[in-house]
Amino acid sequence: MKAKKKIFAVLSSAALFAGILAGCSSNDSASGDKDEDSGQVTLTLLVDNQSNLDGMKAVTDAIEEKYDIKTEYELRPGGGEGDNLVKTRLATGDMTDLMAYNSGSLFQALNPEQNFLDISEESFVETIMDDAKEALSSNGKVYGIPAASFMAGGWFYNKKIYEELGLSVPKTWDELMSNNEKIKEAGKTAVIGSYKDSWTAQVIVLADNYNVLQQHPSFAEDFTANKAKIADTPGALSSFEKLAEVYDKGYLNEDFLATGYEAGLQKLAEGEGAHYPMLSFALPMLQTNYAEELDNIGFFPQPGDSADENGLTVWVPGGVFVNKNTEHPEEAKKWMEFFVSQEGNDLYNAKITPQGPPAIKGVELSDDVYGAVKDMLPYFESGKTAPALEFLSPVKGPNLPQIAVEVGSGISKAKAGAELYDKDVEKQAKQLGLEGW
Amino acid sequence: MTKLTNRSYTYYFLLPAGIIYFVFFLLPTIMSFFFSMTWWTLTDWKFIGFENFITFLTEPSLNIGFKNTIIYAVVTCTLKVILGLLLGVFLSQKLKTIGFVRSMVFFPTLLSTIAVGMAFAMMMHPTQGLINTALKIVGITGPDWLGDTTIALISVALVDVWKGVGMATVIFIAGIMSIPEDYYEALAIDGGNSFHKFWNIIVPLSRPAMNSVIILAFIGGLRSFDLVWAMTKGGPGFSTDLIASIIYKQYQGGFYGLSTAGNVILFVVVSALAFPLYAFLNKKEVDL
Repeated sequence: MKAKKKIFAVLSSAALFAGILAGCSSNDSASGDKDEDSGQVTLTLLVDNQSNLDGMKAVTDAIEEKYDIKTEYELRPGGGEGDNLVKTRLATGDMTDLMAYNSGSLFQALNPEQNFLDISEESFVETIMDDAKEALSSNGKVYGIPAASFMAGGWFYNKKIYEELGLSVPKTWDELMSNNEKIKEAGKTAVIGSYKDSWTAQVIVLADNYNVLQQHPSFAEDFTANKAKIADTPGALSSFEKLAEVYDKGYLNEDFLATGYEAGLQKLAEGEGAHYPMLSFALPMLQTNYAEELDNIGFFPQPGDSADENGLTVWVPGGVFVNKNTEHPEEAKKWMEFFVSQEGNDLYNAKITPQGPPAIKGVELSDDVYGAVKDMLPYFESGKTAPALEFLSPVKGPNLPQIAVEVGSGISKAKAGAELYDKDVEKQAKQLGLEGW
Repeated sequence: MTKLTNRSYTYYFLLPAGIIYFVFFLLPTIMSFFFSMTWWTLTDWKFIGFENFITFLTEPSLNIGFKNTIIYAVVTCTLKVILGLLLGVFLSQKLKTIGFVRSMVFFPTLLSTIAVGMAFAMMMHPTQGLINTALKIVGITGPDWLGDTTIALISVALVDVWKGVGMATVIFIAGIMSIPEDYYEALAIDGGNSFHKFWNIIVPLSRPAMNSVIILAFIGGLRSFDLVWAMTKGGPGFSTDLIASIIYKQYQGGFYGLSTAGNVILFVVVSALAFPLYAFLNKKEVDL
């Protein structure tokens, strides 16, 4: 009797525990299986919930029609939270078949060789622009296709204010500063600061990379190999000094620490401020909220010391990568091939007006692109572009936004900020296990 | 078969809960002590000794958290005790509207911290915020509550007090209500006034309640994260970063070993401050 009771107790507690475990386990059968009836293959795709998916959906609808490959979207948060989620899902073997993610340093931090399918040998990889291809690669192997067009980082400006005050687009940093002085004298905000969203404070530093590379063509390699520090390299340090100068000279709006990104765009569109250092991904939001002002907004690269060396720092679009453990590698490659084709690009661009020049060779843009994008094209045509540092080097310290706010609001000096960032970078490099750190 | 002992449940029923407690709490805690001494990528690790701890304690963007956390915990704890006690005394009187006033005071405790943080962040906007607009009518130029690095942390702490004082008040009310009437009668016979009643009866005899409030508020302050994150994300720069928000940011940055080291440090700091405080407070408690 007693023994029976004991067995019963053990069994029932085991049953309780099994119930709990069942609650924890994920439903594996839902993803990536062939539908028995139609022979249709479903690929799962993890994307962040911050981007407008209309363009991508137009392409995947066409893929479903053409190849009978269905795409099932899974949404994830953006920013650092999304990075955590992606890393966790990779570490636990729970990744989708396809994954949309940043290119450059963030992608390289994901241990690509272990996690993603090498597509270097595919013919469609040849059509990717070199700047983009490099940022979608790791150790010389290509893993992804660009998911959108290029973006640029630089200065948006309000053309109305420029006309009113008789200013011309600056070709050097000094010209930009003297423009700012005139705008300030006219009682307007010269430079819009939106440091409440701390990521916006980094733009002046990041968009300066073309100028850094003009002075130090090998800076990215030296930086990665721990041979050059930002604080000790005058050309690189000057990016931080530019950020500090904008604050020191009082060009920012009074409430720059309480202003966020969207409020910054509003100030620019409504002519409250003349300049807004920003990435060109702001254009769709400007169009949605201030369509009638869009023609008054122009764009110029962050100028450097000399007018001859005026060039544009570009952002390589995020990529789509294939999970190394996918059950459908061939379908995934077919998916990619269509995505980068002219047809795929046309479908995409019909839904989402490009925020910059295309990342695929030979793809033509239609004439109704944003004026600000037209301002960028000459730099691409003459080859005066350079990717931002985060696409040339796997090291990017995660605390740059906060450090940029400190430098850009006078809490710390440019040199001290650069030194702190160098330390931040060191942690990142060690975490990645890079040589020489 | 009807012996009393046989009626009690077998200890095997504790097993599921015990296993869960072990797997999801004890085991990670023990493992964290190990991983805090490694470079860790979740799949791979390398033992590096105390380097993470040294980084955490020496780097200015990391160790600012200790100063801020102590300030934050002390300010919120002190204000919650003082305001909670005063409100508790006021709300344990026999007033007609007592139910309404009590729920008013308790109400902020029920709100979502994130919602409170976002609402106050908007109200504290230097030019368009409700607070400074109101001050402007009176002719005062309000400060940049969250942008000025010297007061940003205090601004967040005040919001924490606004939100948390209701809980402290309820604990104090319970403590004050449990004081027997005899003491008040004795005081009346001796001819004491209401100050004596407060200082010589209520304060010493609500000591257990006060100790609970101090401990809860202090530990809560040391571990605080959500309100700071909702209001300033640790900014401007690093000026309102607490240990918990710094740990979160290191985890976001992918520095798993470093953030685990931060968690171990937080654990040690909370223990090192809370246990002696608890022992000290208990010694001072008196019986009713």
